[in-house]
Amino acid sequence: MSALNIKKGSTSHSAYDLRDPYAEVIESHTLAVIVANESGVLARVIGLFSGRGYNIDSLTVAEVDHAGHRSRITIVTRGTPQVIEQIKAQLGRLVPVHEVHDLTVEGPAVQRELALIKVAGKGESRIEALRLAEIFRANVVDSTLESFVFEMTGTPDKIDAFADLMRPLGLREVARTGVAALARGL
Amino acid sequence: MTKANASAMTGAKMIVKALKDQGVEVVFGYPGGAVLPIYDEIFLQNDIRHVLVRHEQGAIHMAEGYARSTGKPGVALVTSGPGATNAVTGLTDALLDSIPLVVLSGQVPTFMIGTDGFQEADTVGITRPCTKMNWLVRDTAQLAETIHTAFHVATSGRPGPVLIDIPKDVQFATSEYVTKEKIKVPHYQPKVKGDVEAITRLVELLETAERPVFYTGGGVINSGPAASQLLRELVEATGFPITSTLMGLGAYPASGKSWLGMLGMHGLYEANLAMHGCDLMINIGARFDDRITGRVADFSPHSVKAHIDIDPSSINKVIRVDVPIVGDVGHVLEDLLRIWKSRGRKVNKEGLAKWWKQIAEWKAVNCLDYKPSEKTIKPQYALQRLEALTKGMDRYITTEVGQHQMWAAQFLGFEAPNRWMTSGGLGTMGYGLPASIGVQIAHPEALVINVAGEASWLMNMQEMGTAMQFRAPVKQFILNNERLGMVRQWQELLHGERYSHSWSESLPDFVKLAEAFGCKGIKCEDPKDLDDAIMEMIRYDGPVIFDCLVEKHENCFPMIPSGKPHNEMLLGEAETQGVIKAGGAVLV
Repeated sequence: MSALNIKKGSTSHSAYDLRDPYAEVIESHTLAVIVANESGVLARVIGLFSGRGYNIDSLTVAEVDHAGHRSRITIVTRGTPQVIEQIKAQLGRLVPVHEVHDLTVEGPAVQRELALIKVAGKGESRIEALRLAEIFRANVVDSTLESFVFEMTGTPDKIDAFADLMRPLGLREVARTGVAALARGL
Repeated sequence: MTKANASAMTGAKMIVKALKDQGVEVVFGYPGGAVLPIYDEIFLQNDIRHVLVRHEQGAIHMAEGYARSTGKPGVALVTSGPGATNAVTGLTDALLDSIPLVVLSGQVPTFMIGTDGFQEADTVGITRPCTKMNWLVRDTAQLAETIHTAFHVATSGRPGPVLIDIPKDVQFATSEYVTKEKIKVPHYQPKVKGDVEAITRLVELLETAERPVFYTGGGVINSGPAASQLLRELVEATGFPITSTLMGLGAYPASGKSWLGMLGMHGLYEANLAMHGCDLMINIGARFDDRITGRVADFSPHSVKAHIDIDPSSINKVIRVDVPIVGDVGHVLEDLLRIWKSRGRKVNKEGLAKWWKQIAEWKAVNCLDYKPSEKTIKPQYALQRLEALTKGMDRYITTEVGQHQMWAAQFLGFEAPNRWMTSGGLGTMGYGLPASIGVQIAHPEALVINVAGEASWLMNMQEMGTAMQFRAPVKQFILNNERLGMVRQWQELLHGERYSHSWSESLPDFVKLAEAFGCKGIKCEDPKDLDDAIMEMIRYDGPVIFDCLVEKHENCFPMIPSGKPHNEMLLGEAETQGVIKAGGAVLV
């Protein structure tokens, strides 16, 4: 039936008709989900992921439009293209969900995460920690004679890299916000 | 309340008024502490009829039967805690079969929520994954709007069950009633019109296909009678063969000349082979359920697939499709017919003639054939006689779940939509009896028959009390093999004939049971007496429990064993040992 020249793709109006939704590669996607900020909405979204066996690598949520009671949930998830398409469709049919954006395919996007990183140490390792913090543009937001708390913002990779460097220097605790992301441009 | 207003009323009154404004005629329910104010209001009015069930699961299945047979949303009312948890199976059933329900549950007062109060349960938490949407109403001012929104959500797009949890203090407090016209338009507005470009692409495929098949499902029924009418027009005009899922039976008449019968695990040989061998599959309102597809990798390997569905998440969920069309079946079929007609009503006549010839060969296999018996009643024979003796009557059929359900789907013919109520997706044993009562309440003059197995039927038999109290003359046609027939069949085929706990000892005497409930009991075990017994059941003015003792070891064929593709069906009592390999054994 190839003579019928059927265009392969998941949805007729998808911007990425040429992606093969049945490829067996695991992709990471960042989704922005705009929801009505009503009670239980986060449980609904999380329940969808756990109930259907989808992954959540990172999740952030906050009300972004106080007048309209809209929250923005940013989810970083992993799966085959088919699973990613399912996740978006399943999110889209939740009644309190207003919009679902796949920032990974809709064009370039900026992704940032904030982390607080506590490092304890003395002497040379303490000085090294401070020097590396400068290179990574991490700010010192608390310090004692034996510890620092660094604040840094960046992509998850950058935070991972900094935390890895701090490990031998006395890494104690890390608190991360999860990814917030916005499409670039208008 | 700062100022008194003419439209101010208690939450409980508001609930009853909102239901009336939504056109609700019947509520299936069971009272309890947390819904007493609502029951008080029900007592004080005569517009809404309340049907007192015997168990909350029964209430939900009755509401489902009501909804499926009328196309209107079913309404149920349950109390907090156990009332709500008993409703969970029914809600899940309705979710999987896309049945519109509005369920109201009582809750402990708002100031007690979270204290583990008496009959407190986290109802919205428990029912979140088994409803399309649910709400906990904490403020009487929000109550009327929430109820109106709930009806909108339950019936729009892909229908489904919704639940509103209402704390007792919210029922007592007073606020202003909001009419349904005054509520702000909910943002939930699913798309109903299909993409014209995609529909046109499907029309092009219709024009050239050599071996097309329509594969239709419950979406056609849910779309309404107009969709069934359009489907019939399309099938007649194109001359394409049509098969249907369990959920879609009746959308196209079983007497229609293009009808292949049901497809799937226990579907007809010709229907499954047509699915396997087609070059164009047009899925209309079905969802490629695992009972339909068999082994996904070998499902209809040479076809181009089009899929019409109102739910975008159904598209490409299980089976990759080439022409996805998101929209309501009725709207899409209307556009499809219009475009196809405007382009000259073309079909590939030569290809179709060959295709029908092939189908005729498959039909000749006569896959529903079974070994008749003069001594014992074969379940297939019982259904053939039921079909013959009730044909042409104003008839509604419900079923329980198991072999009898599949035989009913194979041997009963449905000529119209909304006449066949069965638990498809969830496979809920105990569905049929309460569903039959729901149907009968909606259609008091009709003949309503629940085709049952004795094991399923016992699961909700307490509802015979409801049938008696509300004079619902439902006929319980029980194919009694003293076995859990489908479990037994699987154990025979898959577990070395080790019949672990698949038979019931000490079954009740169903005739005495009928007498105990005050209705009529009929027992039949000789094929010669069957016709008279069935006629006696039909003619009796009141509920009947019909104990039809059938062959105990009959298997339901054809059967596609789990993990097998459509072209590897089992027909009849051939060599069936070891047909399901380890890979298939893990499937259900």
